[in-house]
Amino acid sequence: MPPASSSPSRLGRGDRLFLAFVIGLPLLALLVLVWLPALASIALSFTTWDGIDLSGIHWTGTENYTQIFTNYPPFWPAVGHNVLWLLFTALLPTPFGVFLAYHLDQKIRFTRFYQTAIFLPMVLSLAVVGFVWEIVYDPDTGLLNSVLDAAGAGHHIDWLGDPDLNLWAVLIASAWRHTGYIMILYLAGLKSFDPALEEAAALDGANGRQTFFRVVLPALKPVNVIIVVVTVMESLRAFDIVYVLGGGTGSKPGMELLSLLITDNIIGESGHIGYGSALAVILLLVSLAAIGAFLVQTFRKEDA
Amino acid sequence: MTTTTPRPASPARRPKRPAAPDASPARPRRDTGRHLLLATVSLAWLVPLLWAVYTSLRPYGDTAKHGYFSWPRGLSLTNFTDAWSRSGMPHFLWNSVLITVPAVLGTLLFSAAVAFFVTRFDFRLNLALLMLFTAGNLLPAQVLITPLYRLYLLVPLPWWMSDSLLLYNSAWGIIAIHIAYQCGFCTFVLSNYMKTIPKEITEAALVDGAPVWRQFLQIVLPLCRPAFAALATLESIWIYNDFFWPLTLIETGDKRPITSALANLQGQYFTNPNLIAAGALMTAIPTLLVYFGLQRQFISGLTLGSGKG
Repeated sequence: MPPASSSPSRLGRGDRLFLAFVIGLPLLALLVLVWLPALASIALSFTTWDGIDLSGIHWTGTENYTQIFTNYPPFWPAVGHNVLWLLFTALLPTPFGVFLAYHLDQKIRFTRFYQTAIFLPMVLSLAVVGFVWEIVYDPDTGLLNSVLDAAGAGHHIDWLGDPDLNLWAVLIASAWRHTGYIMILYLAGLKSFDPALEEAAALDGANGRQTFFRVVLPALKPVNVIIVVVTVMESLRAFDIVYVLGGGTGSKPGMELLSLLITDNIIGESGHIGYGSALAVILLLVSLAAIGAFLVQTFRKEDA
Repeated sequence: MTTTTPRPASPARRPKRPAAPDASPARPRRDTGRHLLLATVSLAWLVPLLWAVYTSLRPYGDTAKHGYFSWPRGLSLTNFTDAWSRSGMPHFLWNSVLITVPAVLGTLLFSAAVAFFVTRFDFRLNLALLMLFTAGNLLPAQVLITPLYRLYLLVPLPWWMSDSLLLYNSAWGIIAIHIAYQCGFCTFVLSNYMKTIPKEITEAALVDGAPVWRQFLQIVLPLCRPAFAALATLESIWIYNDFFWPLTLIETGDKRPITSALANLQGQYFTNPNLIAAGALMTAIPTLLVYFGLQRQFISGLTLGSGKG
């Protein structure tokens, strides 16, 4: 972007006051409500605190981290589940959402119906999504087991109770939402794509697949970055759907996730604030990698 | 379905080399396959929802006797009316409106102001500001919650704003954190959108001596209408559906928004899934209305920094 913007020196006093106000208020809210708590959490992660009295905060150095890494049984399973969540989401629903967006962008009829049907799960609250999947997965009356019974499989599978299965059951429900989200984001990106490029590729004899992979995909790099970040962040932050499908009581065997462990320690009666904060910081550090990559990719060209 | 008009460029699409089997040059046939694919996926995506709708329409007695996987012997809306009247749903719905509407409007106004600031003027810190806002939205909510909770316990509010006399346990607190947290995403999208507005428009206004606030309110904001429609849709959905902040920052069940009220209903009537299904589907109506109302502008307004930039 060429530096054609108005230079601040040409502004009058009233204008400067107005600008200071419009930037000051949101900035204050952001710093006080988001960044200050984030920094405070980092500080708290080096302490032990029951969360009741401020004088009960004791500095313990890296004790919480040592404990978490060596002596907290649900930690490593939670990390494993988060990684699995990320891999699953990155390999299935995300590319599928992109695939659907590409086909929806081909000027066909009923596009709006298809879009709505696939995006609908995103519109519903996680509480509703959780409930909808509960009555699908219910071991006695659920749709899934009823269909399996009717097909003669005859097993009573407890989809959400079995620690070997429940994470996959939740992943399906999560993919159901995620696909629509990615589809909409990518569709928005495709709308801004210059169709002339695509037609030039077609003139050169490229087929649909070649055009997509060699022309469309590279040209949509900014959107690709957003898709990647959304996928990573959603996988790391995954909370609501697991919370709801796990019965709303915190982490459950087979479904431990970092976000749930934090909530267990911070909100539960246990009141291990320092411990929970240390877990939060670990989550933050992993997220920072994604945030950093995103910021570098998105804002690099403008910096030049 | 085969009557779709081919694009002007379609004759040129004929491959020079023998094409792979999946790349047949005949467009109508390809569209049929496409419709088949999209229709199948759409249907598969709707199945869990249709199952919930079906469950909610059946009287409890019917499903208790014949099971859920059976033909209906009578459908009615009684579950909906029961869920509406027995769970205090109107009250919780009102709580949700009181949180969502100000939070969405506040988020859009704040982020429009920030986006205007960073895209229209050459301040040295613009890029850093934009990054600060965008990164703020990417922080996991769990990282913020403990200090935020303590902070909310420290901030007094007058009695006419909150009967808890604190930011904690009041709708204001929820609105404030939603605005601060969601601003990042909206600022990002809006600043991408505002960059596509030609500089000459505001330059001209500046030369004419129009004050900056008038450029903002009368020129830039109206031009951003499609982006506002898209963001209003997404933000209404997110804020209305969120239950992490109310779960942690509101103590009194009575003040919680409808998403948490659904949990109450589930606790009270856990033996009657038909009733809960009806309640759950009803809580989704407001976001569905917003989505269908703004659908037309939804995709076109969602500029994510691609193409024209």
